Amino acid sequence: MTSAALRSRAWKLLEMVTTPLLPSDYLDLVSPLRAGADLRGRIEAVHPETSDAATVVIRPGRGWRGHTAGQYVRIGIDVDGVRLWRAYSITSPTDRQDGRVTITVKAIPDGKVSNHLVHRTKPGTLIQLDQATGDFVLPETKPAKVLYLTAGSGITPVMGMLRDIEFDDVVLVHCAPRPQDVIFRDDLHELVADKKLRLIEVHTDTDGRLDIGRLDALVPDWAERQTWACGPAGLLDAAEEHWTRHGVPERLHTERFRPTIAAVGDGDGGEVTFSTTGRTVDADGTTPLLDVGEGAGVLMPSGCRMGICFGCVTPLKAGTVRDLRTGEITEAEPGVLIQTCVSAAAGPCDIER
Amino acid sequence: MTAIDPTAHLTAEQIEELGRELDAIRDEVIADRGEKDAAYIRRVISVQRKLELVSRGVLLFSIFPPAWLIGTAGLSVAKIMDNMEIGHNILHGQWDWMRDPKIHSTTWEWDHVSPADQWKHSHNELHHTYTNVIGKDNDLGYGIMRVDEDQRWHPFHLGQPLWNFINACFFEYGIAAYDLELGKNLHKRRRKNPEFRARARAVGRKIRKQVLKDYVIHPLLSGPSFLTTLAATFTANLIRNLWTHSVIMCGHFPEGVQVFERRSIKGETRGQWYLRQMMGSANISGSKAMHFMTGNLSHQIEHHLFPDLPSNRYAEVAVKVRALFEKYELEYVTGPLPKQVFSAWYKVFRLSLPNKKPKVKKPDRGQELVAA
Ligand code: FES
Repeated sequence: MTSAALRSRAWKLLEMVTTPLLPSDYLDLVSPLRAGADLRGRIEAVHPETSDAATVVIRPGRGWRGHTAGQYVRIGIDVDGVRLWRAYSITSPTDRQDGRVTITVKAIPDGKVSNHLVHRTKPGTLIQLDQATGDFVLPETKPAKVLYLTAGSGITPVMGMLRDIEFDDVVLVHCAPRPQDVIFRDDLHELVADKKLRLIEVHTDTDGRLDIGRLDALVPDWAERQTWACGPAGLLDAAEEHWTRHGVPERLHTERFRPTIAAVGDGDGGEVTFSTTGRTVDADGTTPLLDVGEGAGVLMPSGCRMGICFGCVTPLKAGTVRDLRTGEITEAEPGVLIQTCVSAAAGPCDIER
Repeated sequence: MTAIDPTAHLTAEQIEELGRELDAIRDEVIADRGEKDAAYIRRVISVQRKLELVSRGVLLFSIFPPAWLIGTAGLSVAKIMDNMEIGHNILHGQWDWMRDPKIHSTTWEWDHVSPADQWKHSHNELHHTYTNVIGKDNDLGYGIMRVDEDQRWHPFHLGQPLWNFINACFFEYGIAAYDLELGKNLHKRRRKNPEFRARARAVGRKIRKQVLKDYVIHPLLSGPSFLTTLAATFTANLIRNLWTHSVIMCGHFPEGVQVFERRSIKGETRGQWYLRQMMGSANISGSKAMHFMTGNLSHQIEHHLFPDLPSNRYAEVAVKVRALFEKYELEYVTGPLPKQVFSAWYKVFRLSLPNKKPKVKKPDRGQELVAA
């Protein structure tokens, strides 16, 4: 017998010992971060960055497979006893010596998780983790010239990149309301002092919103650069249009934190059945099915809650749903998966949860 | 169905007002549910697991009498905690709001031979919806007993004290059979029903796993203590069964608890539903430890009013609920465990016999003579 087969036999035996629980239920009591456990992390420190942003240092469990600069991670944290999942960009370099990873969080008004992380989280807190994902990453071959274009917390994935790989010629255009609102300002200025970065800060309180047309003046050779842009939808929309108009759309890579939710015709909604749980509720045509399910006490997986992380995908077994971003209607068919956070009922439907 | 309806003095408006007041109590707890409650259930689960581990560990040496005693006592308590404060309440969805997939009514499995999903259907759906409605709520006597005067007497009922005792000893099997509606489904035609067969197979699988664990694997692991460990787990299961049976009997059987006719619940309003739960349940009074070991089913009345509120909140809710009972002049049936258990058993005995014929007044000879 191979050792793997032996091990699985031994595990089966252990399961007989612990039934109806699993051996891991007992192991979790003593060692929640061990190899083979569900992936978790422990928050070791929270460092303030600005008045409303902080960097959270996480020791990931043994199952962590590392990340690529620019990627994000989904974390599940209990806020007031309720487990909430969100996605945050990783801001630590990939080769950090102590194996910790950091995320940098900006508290948004009424943001349950972001405010909790920035203002109230205590070191020692155990959180749930997913493996890092996302394709807002640098290519294998180094581009000669790089431009980063960011605003607000859009700096976070870019900071992960800046800390990870050095380029010979890199410019960062970053927008924030005031100097003291610039997350990582000290780190950025250090890079500038070391001649590793050219930094252009746009302070929107005094300078106004960045007009993309000004880019010609700020970074005359922008069109020759590989560009990574991250920030609010307005900025990214303008950038995409600008790059396309100048015929270089392939040089622009964007990451959207907040997809534009198109207020598509309010639809009629319908009766939603959560067939696994056996719960049925009425839903209107504008409430995301994720919220509908959670409201009904159904265990719904979730992540970013805005359509980017796919942490909420669930089979649609019957009926039709509407994508709240595009208005697109999806009909049930075998194998059809929907993102419940950006889909609403478009008539009666059956969700496999 | 006692001759006198103890709610007759309430008007329809009063009953609806009562319903609104109860809703308000519920909303208050829901708005305030949070981190402390989550920490509570996590702590209980962790203590239960550690207690079970340690007890099973001690039982590896159960050949020594002190180890047997300690291990058996610990395991009994661990099993009671698993079934009562943890299992019963999680399966009610009391902790679903935490959105922790490990502590959720859809994923939890308990140390019991009835698979969680079958129990949820018969208990959460049938019993809690049709509480104490004769012919609808099978918890009333579990289909083997007569628990109200209005139920037809049958010679079979003469043996019900014995059935009840056997049921108490093997309570988890009784529940499993009951969840399967075994009595009804063993009829020839129904036996073949594929849906029933699938459920019966699930119960079989669960029983096999449970029996294998308690009566084969753990005794084997104990080596020379094989027999004593076997005896210990059997004893722990017996104690757990007797205990849970006693607690559950106290919930709806003691004197003073009302039962209802099928037609009385037609078109029931929310207020009336609440009222039925209030009149159909009974509490157990006692210490904090007592409430904990009953899984807070000592607050049966509160549990029936709000089956999905976290169990650790029933004690505070009880104060408010009791005040409402007083306000509306209703009887809050409660008492210490021995008294309630006795009361319930007394009823089982009494109703094993046919109802006493109401006494027909015989003419009084003496008076007649005087009158004449
Ligand atoms: S929760 Fe992230 S895509 Fe739905």
